[in-house]
Amino acid sequence: MSQEQPIIKFQNVDKFYGTFQALSDVSIEVKPSERMVICGPSGSGKSTLIRCINGLESHSTGKLVVDGVEVFEGSKEIIKLRQNIGMVFQQFNLFPHLTVLENLTIGPIKVRKIAKQEAEVIARKYLDRVHIPEQADKLPAELSGGQQQRVAIARSLCMESRIMLFDEPTSALDPEMINEVLDVMVELADTGMTMVCVTHEMGFARKVADTMVFMDEGKIIEVAAPDKFFSNPESQRCKEFLEQILEH
Amino acid sequence: MSSAEIESYKGIAVKSRPALTLFFASTPVSVLIYLLIVGLIMYSAYTGAQSMGYNWQWYQLPKYLYAFTDDGFQFGELMFGLGHTINISVVSFLLAFLLGLLVALLRLSGLLIGSAVAIGFLEFVRNIPLLVLVYLFYYVLGPIFKFDRYTASILVLAVYHSALISEIFRAGINAVAKGQWEGAKSIGMTTSQTYRYIILPQSIRFMLPPMTGEVVHMVKSSAIVSVIAVAELTTVGQNIISDTYLSFEIWFTIAALYFVVTVILSIGVSYIEKRYAVVT
Repeated sequence: MSQEQPIIKFQNVDKFYGTFQALSDVSIEVKPSERMVICGPSGSGKSTLIRCINGLESHSTGKLVVDGVEVFEGSKEIIKLRQNIGMVFQQFNLFPHLTVLENLTIGPIKVRKIAKQEAEVIARKYLDRVHIPEQADKLPAELSGGQQQRVAIARSLCMESRIMLFDEPTSALDPEMINEVLDVMVELADTGMTMVCVTHEMGFARKVADTMVFMDEGKIIEVAAPDKFFSNPESQRCKEFLEQILEH
Repeated sequence: MSSAEIESYKGIAVKSRPALTLFFASTPVSVLIYLLIVGLIMYSAYTGAQSMGYNWQWYQLPKYLYAFTDDGFQFGELMFGLGHTINISVVSFLLAFLLGLLVALLRLSGLLIGSAVAIGFLEFVRNIPLLVLVYLFYYVLGPIFKFDRYTASILVLAVYHSALISEIFRAGINAVAKGQWEGAKSIGMTTSQTYRYIILPQSIRFMLPPMTGEVVHMVKSSAIVSVIAVAELTTVGQNIISDTYLSFEIWFTIAALYFVVTVILSIGVSYIEKRYAVVT
């Protein structure tokens, strides 16, 4: 069944920074419409893993296939592929010299070559989706952190991506703004989007994840459904980690 | 509340600044001191010239700036010289700007050969005196490639300043946050699209202040091409002096003309700087 073909497939992937090994023999699959949440201590390689998917980092050895395209360093196809992969960063990475609306339309207009008016219609639709239609003409710096992150999510959605990557999207936010972003992400999860999310928001993970992944020292330690993952993790390391972050 | 009323938290009056400091810090006194110093310099220049028996002839000067003839208002020789200076500076700057951008992009390209070429060029230009470069372009490259003194002067200024400008570009581009690259890449932009729509527009505000300095520097260093007798402001001045011996008047005037041009440039750019200010 084609539905069961993985949309993202890591096969024995290693990644080195000099002599430091950031990823070690990673093999994992993400199926279309699957919602995967990756957690683990800092420096465990989760960000590196997610950044390999759209080629922001390139893996050293092994094979990585995303949406039927092999990702490797210097690949020309990766630029095309990125149009179908949205990415939301910890630091938002909005374009500060453009208004919110321009932030959303610059990709569709310049990359997808869509007419400006059409792009603005799409942009306003997604601004509605993230509940800030009234902020369209402001500059990113005039918005709160939570609003900026929602603009960043809308920017990725405007590319009509099929895969969304979230790299610690709430880690740089004030506590009271975390929920407004998570709410948007939960709504997004309900639309059947393929999502890979690095986060420590375990409430969110419990709510949306199909698969939980725990990483440590560049290795994937545990892959499990959320029920099992939270109640009865197999590895001791994962158990300790969960105890640490769920303590409060 | 006057300063005498301020008390520290223990109820002891805070000492006010010494009267002498306050006296020298007040605006009228500062202006007075400034005028005194400037006056002293002008006076010593004047008496110095008097004592060497210099014959001041300021009345001779206006005809070199402008004249009213039967055909109406005409610019004088110095103004034509200034025109050439501006012309050379503008053309050289445009060339230097493009060449500088190219060198900076080569350097940042990440290609080994690209950065090697760029660094080689930079080191070559930066480690040779401008005067030697002028001679090199006029006496060596000129005859080989058959270009005249005007072209030589434009090329030498463009090459010399492109090295400095490329460093301004490089610094400006590097000053844009790395996350901007990732944001642009993540929506599928190519490297050239990222430069054009995301990186360069943001780096303008980092580059404007040093770039202004570079334009001013360019106008000033254009005087050096007088050594190969290109008819710009300095050369024209020298010619007038050798005809008339008005050296003090002409050199003062030339200095003032350069000063006026560069000040106008600085004011213009500070206006543009305000326009490109970006809140982050």
